[in-house]
Amino acid sequence: MQDLAGIDVQRLRISRPIPYRQVAASALLLAFLAFVAHAFWVGAIEWHYVSDYLFSAPILKGVRGTIVMTVCAMVIGIVLGTAVAMMRMSANPALRWAATGYIWLFRGIPALLQLLLWFNLALIFPTISLFGFFPVNTVDVMTPFVAALLGLGIQQGAYTAEVVRSGILSVDRGQMEAAQSIGMTRLRAMLTIVLPQAMRVIVPPIGNETIGMVKLTSLASVIQYSEVLRTVGDVYYANSRVIELLIVAGIWYMVIVTVLSIGQSYIEKYFSKGWGRAADVPKALSDGPAAMGAA
Amino acid sequence: MSPILQAVHVQKYYGAFQALKDVSLSVDRGEVVCIIGPSGSGKSTLLRCASQLESIDGGVIAVDGEIAGFRRSGDTLVPLSDGQTARQRQNVGMVFQRFNLFPHRSVLENLLEGPVRVQKRPAEDCRREAMALLERVGLTAKAASYPNELSGGQQQRVAIARALAMRPKIILFDEPTSALDPELVGEVLSVMKELAKSGMTMVVVTHEIAFCREVADRVVFMDGGAIIATGSPEDMIVRPQNPRVASFISAVL
Repeated sequence: MQDLAGIDVQRLRISRPIPYRQVAASALLLAFLAFVAHAFWVGAIEWHYVSDYLFSAPILKGVRGTIVMTVCAMVIGIVLGTAVAMMRMSANPALRWAATGYIWLFRGIPALLQLLLWFNLALIFPTISLFGFFPVNTVDVMTPFVAALLGLGIQQGAYTAEVVRSGILSVDRGQMEAAQSIGMTRLRAMLTIVLPQAMRVIVPPIGNETIGMVKLTSLASVIQYSEVLRTVGDVYYANSRVIELLIVAGIWYMVIVTVLSIGQSYIEKYFSKGWGRAADVPKALSDGPAAMGAA
Repeated sequence: MSPILQAVHVQKYYGAFQALKDVSLSVDRGEVVCIIGPSGSGKSTLLRCASQLESIDGGVIAVDGEIAGFRRSGDTLVPLSDGQTARQRQNVGMVFQRFNLFPHRSVLENLLEGPVRVQKRPAEDCRREAMALLERVGLTAKAASYPNELSGGQQQRVAIARALAMRPKIILFDEPTSALDPELVGEVLSVMKELAKSGMTMVVVTHEIAFCREVADRVVFMDGGAIIATGSPEDMIVRPQNPRVASFISAVL
């Protein structure tokens, strides 16, 4: 061990060596990006097609279709999922079985297959009626929009149910008991006390699923619903600029997903009310029951 | 005058395990009853049955003369609906070992949740009453804080105020100081003493023998799911008559 006695500690300086590894990694990354950029530059991509079509009417119609379908399918998925999650945790066995069966069925069948089944429902039920009343032709009702909405929304409900259930399970049992002790019914306690706290756990995976749904809507192109992938396809069948128009679609997906991600962080902030600032008050500062007098 | 809380021959099973064996207890208006005993003796289970967080498998519990959880039809007890049970629970305040404040609501909102949203009393009256309760537990300055910003002792005082805000006929305390750091126990006990002095009917499950001795009108000793002995603090703690009570007291003091 070196003796510090003979050293003038005041004169010592800590050296900052050049971080060679970081420099090397940065250089490699830049080289890779340059390679990719160069490939796109020399590749036979006519970039002006991308800018020409990015905001063209048919593409924007497709973008609108994608957004509308995402929102509607997620609303159905969340409402259905919340109800099914509560059913699955019910004391009533019939409700539990129904919920379990629903999740088993709609999580088990591929989404694309479900879309095709709904879209082709007319093959087995030419007309639909309410117990014989209000008969309608299935073909008229089961438009591409309705088929895609049912297919995507109902299968989403099966996934969301499990997300919501895990959120509910994450809330301490004592919360339900405390809510009941101030006279709340189980349903009310679930809706006003347990679920709002469960949202902290539920929102991040739901955000994930919503982003998944944005891209899952592209399956609806198969049943002629005009979302962005389909409208892009309609254009490139006519002008053969396949890659350019796929890039257009890719850009729009990225835009939608980016906006959703930003929205998610705001929603998470809202539901973290009462958390995050945990116990920044030192215990020693706890003010005694002063108004009580010394007891 | 009928007792506020009456438990008669109460039986409670968890599967094959009998948690309460033929428990009978009666608490009069304004009385403070402390329940002591080793862990697993059924003290908390009795409170949880009285507050209808657990159902009972035999006997009857009545709050202010009204059978809890059931409607009597001749010799048959018909279970009440969730809504009716919830209405009955409003009469019975509960203070939990782990506070169970609503973390997503501020302190004041915790106090208002019951009276405003459940009992539908006028919001302005409730707010005034809630602030008075916070003053009573010494936490007026914390009205806008969230539970996680408070110490354990402060949280438990808020929980007591929350129970009081419902204007219950009786308050049940389930080991209210067991989850607290030792230096915070005193502030909660002093709130409870003031409450006892004010005439509140209280049943307290606790390990704070000194508190029982000072505040209780009656001390109940439970072991193995049954009430073994009951008597004045003098007879139960200072000079325990029953040998099992005596050995418990000497072990915890």
